[in-house]
Amino acid sequence: MFYLIIAALVLLFVVIGLLVRAQVLIDIFTKSNEKRGGLSNQINGFLFPVFFVVGLAGFIWVTLSSRKYYLPDSASIHGVRTDELFWITMGIITIVFIATHVLLFFFPYIYQFKEDRKALFYPVNHRLEFIWTVIPAIVLSLLVFSGWKVWSDITTEAPSNAVVVEIVGKQFNWMVRYPGSDLSLGKHNFRKIDDLNTVGIDFSDKDAFDDFMAGEVHIPVNKPILFKIRARDVLHSVFAPHFRLKMDAVPGMPTKFWFTPTITTADMKAKTGNADFTYEIACTEICGRGHFGMRIPLIVHEQAEYDTWFKAQQSFLAKNPDYLKMVPDNLKKLAEESIQDNKKSTTVASLERVSQSVAKSN
Amino acid sequence: MDSIELQHHGHAVHGHGHDDHHEDHEEGTFLTKYIFSQDHKVIAKQFLISGIFWALIGGTLSSLFRLQLGFPDMDMSFLKPILGGWIEDGKLNPEFYLAMVTMHGTIMVFFVLTAGLSGTFSNFLIPLQIGARDMASGFLNMLSYWFFFASSVIMLWSMFIETGPASGGWVIYPPLSAVQTASPGSGLGMTMWLSAMALFIVSSLLGSINYVSTVINMRTKGMTFTRLPLTIWAFFFTAIIGILSFPVLLSAALLLIFDRSMGTSFYLSEIYINGEALPNMGGSPILFQHLFWFLGHPEVYIVLLPALGITSEIIAVNSRKPIFGYKAMIGSIMAITLLSFIVWAHHMFVTGMNPFLGSIFMFLTLIIAIPSAVKAFNYITTLWRGNIVFTPGMLFSIGLVSFFISGGLTGVALGNSAIDIQLHDTYFVVAHFHLVMGSASFFGMVAGVYHWFPKMFGRMMNEKLGYVHFWISFVGIYCVFFPMHYTGIAGFPRRYYSFTSYEAFKTFGDLNAFISTAAIITFGAQLIFVYNFFYSIFRGRRAPMNPWRANTLEWTTPINPGHGNWVGEIPHVYRWPYDYSKPGADEDFIMQTVPYAQTPSSNLEGEEDLVEDSTTEKAHA
Repeated sequence: MFYLIIAALVLLFVVIGLLVRAQVLIDIFTKSNEKRGGLSNQINGFLFPVFFVVGLAGFIWVTLSSRKYYLPDSASIHGVRTDELFWITMGIITIVFIATHVLLFFFPYIYQFKEDRKALFYPVNHRLEFIWTVIPAIVLSLLVFSGWKVWSDITTEAPSNAVVVEIVGKQFNWMVRYPGSDLSLGKHNFRKIDDLNTVGIDFSDKDAFDDFMAGEVHIPVNKPILFKIRARDVLHSVFAPHFRLKMDAVPGMPTKFWFTPTITTADMKAKTGNADFTYEIACTEICGRGHFGMRIPLIVHEQAEYDTWFKAQQSFLAKNPDYLKMVPDNLKKLAEESIQDNKKSTTVASLERVSQSVAKSN
Repeated sequence: MDSIELQHHGHAVHGHGHDDHHEDHEEGTFLTKYIFSQDHKVIAKQFLISGIFWALIGGTLSSLFRLQLGFPDMDMSFLKPILGGWIEDGKLNPEFYLAMVTMHGTIMVFFVLTAGLSGTFSNFLIPLQIGARDMASGFLNMLSYWFFFASSVIMLWSMFIETGPASGGWVIYPPLSAVQTASPGSGLGMTMWLSAMALFIVSSLLGSINYVSTVINMRTKGMTFTRLPLTIWAFFFTAIIGILSFPVLLSAALLLIFDRSMGTSFYLSEIYINGEALPNMGGSPILFQHLFWFLGHPEVYIVLLPALGITSEIIAVNSRKPIFGYKAMIGSIMAITLLSFIVWAHHMFVTGMNPFLGSIFMFLTLIIAIPSAVKAFNYITTLWRGNIVFTPGMLFSIGLVSFFISGGLTGVALGNSAIDIQLHDTYFVVAHFHLVMGSASFFGMVAGVYHWFPKMFGRMMNEKLGYVHFWISFVGIYCVFFPMHYTGIAGFPRRYYSFTSYEAFKTFGDLNAFISTAAIITFGAQLIFVYNFFYSIFRGRRAPMNPWRANTLEWTTPINPGHGNWVGEIPHVYRWPYDYSKPGADEDFIMQTVPYAQTPSSNLEGEEDLVEDSTTEKAHA
């Protein structure tokens, strides 16, 4: 196959070469090269408006036909605002795009070379220059100010009641940690990382005792959510496209992004008519071989559903009691109590869950 | 020797206003004439041919990874003869995919559009258009090429080593690029990438210093700054940007080299990789990004400004009209130069950088759209009521303006930090910069080759092939990059080997196949150009002295100018380069060397005073 392609290319070159040779000879005989406004000039001049019309039709067609592939409406409060800004900006630039291209592609046709005409000697017009400096400046300032307002709102400090979720990137998956019943994440230290303790929870901090890990991101709807983002090896970037959320994960420099989800996974399934719909987080900073596969599902629950899920989670210490030896002696007692509390709560929660599902099935 | 002698002549011109030495140098050996040449024209051709070579490699790489993206299920075993072990069970190795993406970016940005564009046209046109016998230092100029050559050898070599070339993206962000075990490409491939780039920067600086000093010091008599063609203004400011920004990349690369092999922690902190915690503490990967983009953003203008300069000249010549708003064009080049240094952090809105800094950079970024808009409007006004001749160079210049507008406009969306949260590192960005900087600059380069080929080789390129080349490329490039906006809006991230594992990115399979097909056809069409180029060097029609009826000085040299450019005295300049279709003139162009005294019928108000000057000058002479 490979050699076949090579052979085809060589053949193509030979044919083109012969055609060109013939064309040059014809040109020499007809002296068409000596004229400036010959047939070629007319064809080229004509092709610009043709390109414009065909191109515009293609532009409209591809715009209409690809709408169905766009992401659904934003599922976060700030996302609605950035989407609005985006589409306003796109509207403005589409107008400018089409207007400038009408001129750019029709002028060549209208003003193509004619022997008997002379171009207009028109080197400068300060008023025109002034107009097209000031108008873009005004439009751009309006866009900047509206963007700036949205940007400042998005990047303000998270509300104090925000649900905290820690997301840590490594080659090549995301790890998720929740603060547990005390709603406060324990400290972390990259030197404590091992095969089980993948995010380096530091058990000398009592806040860490009830922290738990999750295989998926679960969050409640209509509550502010604060993602605390870290990376443990190279750069990664948390991208939750449906929430219009993106923030790099940087080793050695924790970052954050807070937002308020507005549509539960169940509602989105109904809205999109896709029973398999699930929110996802992807990685958008090149991180090596598995960069394209760093996917983790994200589930938005109703508050009650979320609370049940949250209570049913076994803390890291309860799951891996071996790590009690990492706890300093003076806190050992506290840690053991925390494990007992967690066990109680998970048992209750699982009973609740059973009764809920029984109630549902009835 | 040559350069000293030439400088001497240059001074003589300034000092006495005449110089009747003939510059018929003895023919050197093959080695001094074509290999270690100090003639700016030969060096320009060396850069050009190297640039074409690199463009073919860069284009081939993109065709290969577009196959993967467009046809993910394809059996690629047929590529085994060239890719060997990088094809595993008929599939492209994902690491090699990233390596190809990385090398495509590096090659196109630096080796094609920086060296191939500035290296060729700044070298070729500066002495010819300002009326100098050669560069300020022919020797440094020669060194500049050979540093570039050494850099090219290392970069090319790195593609054939066992672990593959650098694969961390052309931006080589640490820690991926700094920790050798993070990816195979971060080992020897990265070391070679950094060495090659260090040499490249040396080459670029030697070139830029030469360009700036030549433009300032070696203009012929009468060639004031306001009589310089816009090409020269563009090359001049490009060189200034290069001198101020490339050293910053060098320092970024040096610190990275230290981090990689000497245990420092400029960019590294709290890293646990491959089962061990690294000792590095206190560094910041963000520091690298700041340093990188301090060059990286001006780099956009390093590749774009020369293309815009070339276009300004070609559009004026072939519209048979003065470029509209000559001074506004210079002003916008200056504004772009200045602003290009204070917008870099718009590449970093979502890196965790302080959001307040993000606000500042959003303001500054959108300001740079204003001088760019002025340039676009001025090009269009130049076409208005012109008498347009569609040479291949002209077609490519109009194409450039189109790409510049369509790619530039999406920059307005991306420069807005709130909108950028969603679009950052998606295909929307890929579409944006491939249009505004990739394709636009590439078209500028090709336009320049078609336009100045007669001066370079004394022969014409085949016009008809040029037309075919243009229309396939123009339509093809839009077919490649326009659809990418849509995949970008749908959230498709860059540098993904495959999209199939995501619910959200499963769509658009047909569109990706379409893009890939268009890309491969467009790349194939470039072979028409390559054929035309090499064929015409040897067998093209012989060029007349001034084939495009242009005003600038290079067309007053002999058809095949020797080292020294002009036989006898360097011509004097009496007017600006854009007296096309002047009312009252016999022809539709008046060359820069024609004194006002000879054109009484077309002189405008205010130019009458200059008649006096030109006649007294003649008398003295």
